[in-house]
Amino acid sequence: MNGRLLTTKLIRGVLTIWLIVTFTFIALNLSGDPIEALVGDQASPAVMAYYRQKFGLDRPLWEQYISYLGNIIRGDFGLSLSDQKPAVELVIAALPYTLRLGLTSFIGGLVVGLVFGIIAALHRNSTLDRFIMGFAVLGFSLPNFFLGILLILLFALHWRVLPSAGADSAWHLILPAVTLGTHFAGIFARFARSTMLEVLNKQYMVAARAKGAPHFRRVFWHALPNAAIPIVTIVGLKLGDLVAGSIIVETVFGWPGVGRLLVGAITSRDFAVVQAILIMVAVTMVLTNFAVDFIYTLIDPRMRTASQGGR
Amino acid sequence: MSSALLWRKKASNLPVKAESRYPVIVLLTMAFLLVIFGIFCLADVLAPYDYRAQSLRQRLMPPVFLGGTSAHLLGTDELGRDILSRLLYAIRFSILVALGGTAIGALVGTVLGFLAAHFRGFVEEVIMMMADVQASLPFMLIALALIAAFGGSFMLFILIMGFYGWEVFARLTRGVVISAKGQGYATAMTALGAPPFYIYTRHILPNILSVLVVQFTLNFPQVILLETSLSFLGLGIRPPLTSLGQMLGAGRAYLTTAWWIAVLPGTIIFLTTVSISILGDWIRDRLDPTLRGAGS
Repeated sequence: MNGRLLTTKLIRGVLTIWLIVTFTFIALNLSGDPIEALVGDQASPAVMAYYRQKFGLDRPLWEQYISYLGNIIRGDFGLSLSDQKPAVELVIAALPYTLRLGLTSFIGGLVVGLVFGIIAALHRNSTLDRFIMGFAVLGFSLPNFFLGILLILLFALHWRVLPSAGADSAWHLILPAVTLGTHFAGIFARFARSTMLEVLNKQYMVAARAKGAPHFRRVFWHALPNAAIPIVTIVGLKLGDLVAGSIIVETVFGWPGVGRLLVGAITSRDFAVVQAILIMVAVTMVLTNFAVDFIYTLIDPRMRTASQGGR
Repeated sequence: MSSALLWRKKASNLPVKAESRYPVIVLLTMAFLLVIFGIFCLADVLAPYDYRAQSLRQRLMPPVFLGGTSAHLLGTDELGRDILSRLLYAIRFSILVALGGTAIGALVGTVLGFLAAHFRGFVEEVIMMMADVQASLPFMLIALALIAAFGGSFMLFILIMGFYGWEVFARLTRGVVISAKGQGYATAMTALGAPPFYIYTRHILPNILSVLVVQFTLNFPQVILLETSLSFLGLGIRPPLTSLGQMLGAGRAYLTTAWWIAVLPGTIIFLTTVSISILGDWIRDRLDPTLRGAGS
């Protein structure tokens, strides 16, 4: 990545985050009186005024906006309305659970998907290929909330072999991770298969064969590195799906992560927590896009020469 | 290039016989989607009961294939409401929200795309930046934030669903309009003195319509999934209205005693999404003119 491209991307990223911060501020102010939601509409004006002052809601709007921006830059997203703790603390307490579930299912789905996708590509049009691809379509078409419920019905209620809710032991991780990972396995299997097939049809594969390279070497030395490039892109793109998916799956399995925290906060109209999560996800996504661009230039030599020569 | 395209025809996950025009599985998905569309149109005629009618004496009755009575073919839920009637209406509401949401998104996105292509410069920058911002976040999160801020009335929910996917329509339209403006027919109309609005609606829009229709069919199932997910969380369509996701979410509490309350709507969501993706794959393979000759 050359300097100019990097700067453009950096400015876009900062702009994205600023727009989202501003959007949450506007939404917050349009959404009605949070104090009324907190103390109820029967509360006396004095109590309302006290809380209004405590949360800084009695000052002019532009002043609130400036201090709001300042607070967010300092990492202060305000107090959770429900239990008066800083919203950031609640999110950080829930984060390890979300990371554990998210990483397990994402990496698991990636490995399973890639392995089976590549196997399917190498045995193109065989029964095995059709079988794997049939499962892949089922995997990413099954809505995760439904798959979760089916798994609970079978493994937790019918056979009683796995727990259905909570996060007390490693056993608790299995059902939610399988639910979330199945979607990714399906998507990655399909994508890996089509990418692999595209690569296998290239001239350099014919050349490798012609010079007598063995099958194993052709697959692992010539085909896989070239197939890896588009796969890195889609891995970056699917991270958003991971965020959306964990909101659902954490709710289904009572997993105490950020997703369940978010759903609870929306139900109780706890905006400090909602905006903390929203902004933290936005920052994560922007950073991930950077990382994907960066990895892209690392693994694809063509990108490096193109950016040096071009522009 | 042609050898690279050959596999794509074969890569379709359908068990296609080269000579058969309509593989069995495609016919099945078509039939299923037709039935769903029929239910969407005729839910009020088909439903044996009012989907809100409660009957506390007949709670949690099993479907007829699990020993229930023929009065309630698919059993009843926790308030004694007929599940068959609720399913029919749930399909209607889910499809309605998906159609409405996709239509709003398509309209807004297309108009913004035209505006970006017409004005270029600053307007284009702003519109494309908004598109970038939206694309950089998972939409589920945006929808949840909007619901958190503005509550969950039915009309508002359809509007929020309309936010989904506008940026894809905007990008597509902008791209195609800019390239169409450079083509002879548009330049000729401009030279003849036709106003831009006339050229856009009468001459350019018909030419890019097919692209927009394809995007519409891609967007539609995603909005169904989004709606069912949000309703499942209890934050989308709320009682007394119903949707497939809402039924599934509400049935979750009765998994031990009456699993069919959750599993029936879930199965319909699953069959619908899987049908659309199988049919979509098949149509894409058929419509792509570069693949047509290669397969046989």
